[in-house]
Amino acid sequence: MEMRSTLGRVRGLGSSGEGSHHWWVQRLTAVALIPLGIWFTFAALSFVGADYAQFKAWVGHHGNTLLLILFIMTAFHHAQLGMQTVIEDYVHGEAAKITSILLIKFVSFMFAVSCILAVLRLYFGG
Amino acid sequence: MASGNRPLSPHLQVYRPQITSILSILHRMTGVALAAGAVLLTYWLTSAAYGADQFERAQAFAGSSMGRLILLGVTVSFFYHMANGIRHLAWDIGWGYELPKLRATGYLVVLVTIGLTLLVWFSAYSMRG
Repeated sequence: MEMRSTLGRVRGLGSSGEGSHHWWVQRLTAVALIPLGIWFTFAALSFVGADYAQFKAWVGHHGNTLLLILFIMTAFHHAQLGMQTVIEDYVHGEAAKITSILLIKFVSFMFAVSCILAVLRLYFGG
Repeated sequence: MASGNRPLSPHLQVYRPQITSILSILHRMTGVALAAGAVLLTYWLTSAAYGADQFERAQAFAGSSMGRLILLGVTVSFFYHMANGIRHLAWDIGWGYELPKLRATGYLVVLVTIGLTLLVWFSAYSMRG
C-alpha cells in the first residue's frame, strides 16, 4: 500500500527532505577518491625528506597542481558528508546536532579553501 | 515523538563481536581518523605557503617519531577505508551480501590494508633510510 501523498511521491524527496542526494554524492566522491587517494599516497613518498624547493617544484608541475586541488576538494567534501552521518547517528538533541553539523561544514570548507589557496600560492610562486 | 530513555540498538553489551561488526565500526573510526588527517594536511600545505622555514618545521614534525606514528595511522586508515569502501560499493550494486562472501571480502580487506601499508612504508624507508 502506498502511504505517501501523490505530491510527495512526485517530489521523491522522502523524510530526509533531500531524497538520496547525500547518499549519491558520498558515493560519487568515494569513487573519485579511489584513484585520487592512491595517487596522493604514492606522491607523498616523494615528499619524504623533501626540502622547500623540491616540494615547490613538485606542486609547480601542472598535472600535480590539478590533481592536488581535485584531491583536496573531493576529500574534504567526502569527509564532511561522512562526519555529518556520524554526528546524526551519535549526537542526540536537535540543537547540539544542528550546531555540530553546521560547525563541521563550515570548518571543512574553510580548511579546503585554505589548502587550495596554499597550493595556488606555491603554484604562482607567491 | 517522545522516545524516553529506550536502549539504542545495536546492543553492544550482549552482541558477540564478529568480523562483520568489527569491520563495520572500523570503517567509521578510520573515516574519522582520516578527517583528522585532513586537518594535518591543511597544516602541512599552509606551512608550505608560509615559506621555507615553516615548511621545514612541518617536515621535521612529519619525520619525528610522533609524526611517523601519526602518518602510519593515516596510511592504515586510508587503505582500510578505501578497501572497505570498495566493499561498500559492491553492496550498493547488490553484490556480496551472503555470509560466506561477507566474511571472505572482510578478510580480503584486512589483507589488502596490511599489504598496501607495508608496500608504502617499505618504499618510504628504502628511498629515505
